[in-house]
Amino acid sequence: MAVLLDKNTRLIVQGLTGREGTFHAKQAAAYGTKVVGGVTPGKGGTTHEGWPVFNSVHDAMKETGANATVIFVPPPFAADAVMEATDAGIPLAVCITEGIPVNDMTRAFTFMKGKKTRLVGPNCPGVITAGQAKAGIIPGHILREGRVGIVSKSGTLTYEAIHQLSKVGLGQTTCIGIGGDPLIGTTHIDALDLFNRDAETDAVIMIGEIGGTAEQEAAAWIKQNFRKPVVGFIAGQTAPPGRRMGHAGAIIAGGQGTAAEKMDALSKAGVHVVKSPADMGKKMREVLG
Amino acid sequence: MKIHEYQAKSVLARFGVPVPRGEVISNASEASAVAERLGTSVVVVKAQIHAGGRGKGGGVKLAKSPDEAERMARQMIGMTLVTHQTGPEGRKVGRVLIEEGLQIERELYLSLLLDRAAARPVIIASAAGGMDIEEVAAKEPEKILREHIDPATGVIPFQARKLAFALGLEAGPAGKMVKLLEALYKAYIETDASLIEINPLILTKAGDLMALDAKVTFDDNALYRHQDIREFRDLSEEDPLEVEASKFSLNYIRLDGNIGCMVNGAGLAMATMDIIKLAGGEPANFLDVGGGANAEQIKNAFRILMMDKNVKAVFINIFGGILRCDVLAAGVIAAVKELGVPVPIVIRMEGTNVEEGKRMLKESGLNFTTADSMDDGANAVVAHAAAGVRA
Repeated sequence: MAVLLDKNTRLIVQGLTGREGTFHAKQAAAYGTKVVGGVTPGKGGTTHEGWPVFNSVHDAMKETGANATVIFVPPPFAADAVMEATDAGIPLAVCITEGIPVNDMTRAFTFMKGKKTRLVGPNCPGVITAGQAKAGIIPGHILREGRVGIVSKSGTLTYEAIHQLSKVGLGQTTCIGIGGDPLIGTTHIDALDLFNRDAETDAVIMIGEIGGTAEQEAAAWIKQNFRKPVVGFIAGQTAPPGRRMGHAGAIIAGGQGTAAEKMDALSKAGVHVVKSPADMGKKMREVLG
Repeated sequence: MKIHEYQAKSVLARFGVPVPRGEVISNASEASAVAERLGTSVVVVKAQIHAGGRGKGGGVKLAKSPDEAERMARQMIGMTLVTHQTGPEGRKVGRVLIEEGLQIERELYLSLLLDRAAARPVIIASAAGGMDIEEVAAKEPEKILREHIDPATGVIPFQARKLAFALGLEAGPAGKMVKLLEALYKAYIETDASLIEINPLILTKAGDLMALDAKVTFDDNALYRHQDIREFRDLSEEDPLEVEASKFSLNYIRLDGNIGCMVNGAGLAMATMDIIKLAGGEPANFLDVGGGANAEQIKNAFRILMMDKNVKAVFINIFGGILRCDVLAAGVIAAVKELGVPVPIVIRMEGTNVEEGKRMLKESGLNFTTADSMDDGANAVVAHAAAGVRA
């Protein structure tokens, strides 16, 4: 089962012929993912590293039966790629690209409203289901199959959580990197909702960051709806206000979006919040007994 | 990216937002001529720095004659202005903006920014102009008006009228509000602004609306398509180490502590700062070397860390995914050999090729402390920094 991706997922790569796209397509295939082709406008009809290349997502879906796409398109063209994937009706689009102008994403969100494509990202490490498939850049070899789900705004901090779980003997179902941008397709709540309904996921690690109010909203939702244990960590407890800490979304504005505020909201919702990023795995072990 | 008030006003004026007449100068001797050209009985002299709260710090003054304008300009240019946004060290004033004096009937608040939750831009307005909007939001939230803009339609005239009437404007100024908000939204979209704030927006006794102050910040991700806006960048307003780091695509923010940090990934970099603090230390910086860092970048990162004279110890925390631990180790060893880093270095690495990386560090003959987990590393580096005297 798991969520979003499994061994039956048929994945295409938008931007396959680029350096990043090629590298990560190979990595995904090596992990066992069914990579069925790629899209590079203007290179349709050719093959790249043995994969068929198409001019459009629509063509790629028609010819390969793809049901998921991972986007490695440079920032100026990435929002266009997301909208094209949406228009083709692909169920899942994972956008890895970092540095997309916010106005471009605002436009893309307007376009996507009411359509059936689920977007993960942008500016995220992607999604991986342990032992089955991946769409993105999370290194597969650090995972082991198990029953804990991870949802995170941060890439390397996700790897850290996976590693800590492995050290205490816990494996993962699916790890979802939702991204650190101000506008993201799949939110903490969306990911938690998927895990809530997944019979194979027993518990979730949720990693948030300063900035915005997504974690507070997630806390309220967890209190109402979530039936499994959650271990939470918020990065940026010591970040100074008004500074953008790497992620465009990670900025404390006017006293809003502080780590303290988020940790408090999550604790009140019953989430096991750890202060130290080194304690995520240990805490999950403790919670699961 | 932040810009100065005078630059913000020039951008807004270009799109048709009414702003006061004025000129910016960096030489105080030009002040009286500017005041005479403006020709009003009173002129306003405003220090140009990238921080708010200038009025309370003595950076905004009224001059009743050209001579007085010149005296004030002389005081301000070169002074270090301290406001609640600059920190105690303040900012050096390089320029002043001299503007016409206006007869003010009312002061309003107006801003335009992205509402993340709604995924669309929102106009925020309030009758409580001239005040800190955060303060208004905390004390009198009912005084804050919001109007979301659909990117497909832009500002629709009725939305502007709705805000104008809710702010208590009469028919004449309400009509001007329609034009002003249309211009404001056009400026926001076409320049890829992330925030436009006009505080106060004034209603003059003559019935005109005008941006008496203006703050505009831009989306860094969109600067590639705005050559004209990139030219507004004022490096003297930025930390020199941050400027240096940006040349090498290193994401560096200087802080007050004494433990230099080098991390891959923004989230892990923030978490590393957090764990240092939990261990009783103070981070000297945020530094994300990115997922694809190479030996050259690691060398530059070290060089920049060492330029901060407060740094007493360095903590390298890398989770190798795409960036392999052996590549990192090679980069660190080369940098330390070349630069002769004079402080203790604690390295915690994990992930791809970690065993090979650890072996290389061990066999390098250099004095690294290696740690097996984030908390071990944090404890070790805090101990080093506490004991450490920089060679």
